[in-house]
Amino acid sequence: MNELLKQLTEAVGVSGAEKEVRLLIRDLIADHVDEWSVDSMGNLLATRRGTGQYDMRILVDAHMDEVGLLITDIDSGGMLSFVGAGGFDDRALLGKVVQVGPDKITGVIGARAVHLLSNNEYSRTVRTDAMRIDVGAKSEAAAKVKIGDYAAFVTEYEELDGGRTAIGKAFDNRAGCAALVELLRGERYPFDLIASFTVQEEVGLRGAEVAAYNAKADAALVLECTPAYDLPNEKDASPNVALGKGASVYVMDSRTIQDPRLVAHLMATGDARGIRYQVRQPGGGGTNTGAIQRAGAGIPVATLAVPGRYAHTPTMMISLDDYESVVRLADAALRSLTPEIIRRR
Amino acid sequence: MNDLIRMLVEAYGPSGFEDGIREIIRPLVEPHVDEVRVDAMGNLIAFKRAAGGQANPHKVMIAAHMDEIGVMVSHITEKGFLRFTNIGGVFSHTLMGGRVRFEDGTLGVIGSDRIDDRSAIHPLSKHFIDVGATSREDCPVRVGQAANFDRPFEARGRHLTAKSMDDRIGCVVAIEALRHLPADIAHDLYFVFSVQEEVGTRGAEVAANGIMPDVSIALDVTLTGDVPEARPMDVSLGSGPAIKVKDSGMISHPGLVRLMRRRAEEAGITYQMEVLDGGSTDARAMQLAGPGSVAGCISIPCRYVHSPSETVDAEDVAGAVALLVALLTGDMEL
Repeated sequence: MNELLKQLTEAVGVSGAEKEVRLLIRDLIADHVDEWSVDSMGNLLATRRGTGQYDMRILVDAHMDEVGLLITDIDSGGMLSFVGAGGFDDRALLGKVVQVGPDKITGVIGARAVHLLSNNEYSRTVRTDAMRIDVGAKSEAAAKVKIGDYAAFVTEYEELDGGRTAIGKAFDNRAGCAALVELLRGERYPFDLIASFTVQEEVGLRGAEVAAYNAKADAALVLECTPAYDLPNEKDASPNVALGKGASVYVMDSRTIQDPRLVAHLMATGDARGIRYQVRQPGGGGTNTGAIQRAGAGIPVATLAVPGRYAHTPTMMISLDDYESVVRLADAALRSLTPEIIRRR
Repeated sequence: MNDLIRMLVEAYGPSGFEDGIREIIRPLVEPHVDEVRVDAMGNLIAFKRAAGGQANPHKVMIAAHMDEIGVMVSHITEKGFLRFTNIGGVFSHTLMGGRVRFEDGTLGVIGSDRIDDRSAIHPLSKHFIDVGATSREDCPVRVGQAANFDRPFEARGRHLTAKSMDDRIGCVVAIEALRHLPADIAHDLYFVFSVQEEVGTRGAEVAANGIMPDVSIALDVTLTGDVPEARPMDVSLGSGPAIKVKDSGMISHPGLVRLMRRRAEEAGITYQMEVLDGGSTDARAMQLAGPGSVAGCISIPCRYVHSPSETVDAEDVAGAVALLVALLTGDMEL
């Protein structure tokens, strides 16, 4: 059992309320970094000094927030209205168990039973504004929830397929956080490694914008979990990354064209070390690289991601082989990163 | 000037992949400036220091973007055809039968899926690139590689037609202005050949964060209203460079607009005023970067923008050079 992934995915940290997961990560890294701090937005920043070989500061980022819900109203019968914190497919919500507020009150996103639906309703998607979270309370006071509380999904981490596949909530992006924790626990790098566990990625890369501004880094690597789309498909169309085919290397998404020198370095490292990787389909999506690349006078960036099925639903699935490929490729590429690779003349 | 234009517009440089075009431009500007450097994102920054004795000269940033729209391979079919995504604003009705070229010289022809309804325009996703491969294994291109549209430069009298006039013609204006500027300019000039404008003025944003200019001037193309059934717009080819008042991303500094008009009139340069209904330029990024700057734009009118046959008028280009030189030569009390 990968205890790191279990702890990190089961911790709660919806965009805007990341304290619990931040404290967990702080405890996981405190003994392995030279200094750490929390900035004004709640980003956890840590420095692991290098061997002194290169005078470089390399930022490695993983956002620690997860998509969740924000309570907007409590009616007299104790039912909770909510909006999404981060992007959702409404169809993924009905019937799911959630934990509400700092006291983790258990609730369920109620759905009218199929027996009670008319044909007309049966074919329509229920929107979040028509949904309620039911915490079993009979009155507003009994609900013990405040407007503004956050709610997260409740999904226990489990390993399948003889331990090579895992399901759980919030692999996006606790998988990246776990990988970054592993990098911080390894041997020192030839340069200062600045780790940022950032907040509010899911609502618009907000944490990374300020973290990168303060990091004053010479280059950056973002560790992510990217949606896999590898389900059966009759057409020879454009699938996205697939589970089990290795770490995914970004080239371009809607926010960022990755630095071609760093992309080439990642691929060359993978080829040389025999670490499996796949190129993520260029096109839509966006990660913290978008904010980091354009922080201050600019930072060369690249992104490595663990492919994950069913992103932004209560349960994601990843391949632990892919996860290990991300850790190994990130580690090897960082160890072989030289100032020449990012130097501009 | 046509030789310079041909050299720049026929070069490869989709957004994010500007290394080649940058190395073409660098030796052209080096003789005319005090320092040339490349920043973290790849912007080429040519610095010309204010003439001696100037106390606290204005920092003036002039930006023309080197990048051009293009495509990127997203999938290779079993038979070796390439599916692709856009880099910047690619219109799908310009694609069918067009040609693209990869950095290594590989030429691709764009085809489209079967058309059942000739009145509908196929979306980009129903097009593919044929590079002559027969399978994934013999395909010379990988997922993630970028290509630009391929089309030679043609001069038809005053009308000059090519791919990537947007914005290599702005680069030409900047280079020609550097060649014609007198030695004793009262301002610190930063000529920036920026990257990644077509995907959201990303290069100019970081360049401006690094430079922190007082005054910013973009050199870019603008649309015209002088073709059949055009969207009404009071800019036409051959009526001179356009002084931008507003586009959908920026309102130019009114004092800078007034100064541009005055300098044009003093120098006898024919000009037109531009109000653009859509789109924006690096001026937006420079206006808003850091503590903000006084921003404006000298536009080169261009027909068929974001097609492989972008067309400008040689006299408008010469006028833009003259206007930029006149503007930078004088004082800039705004």
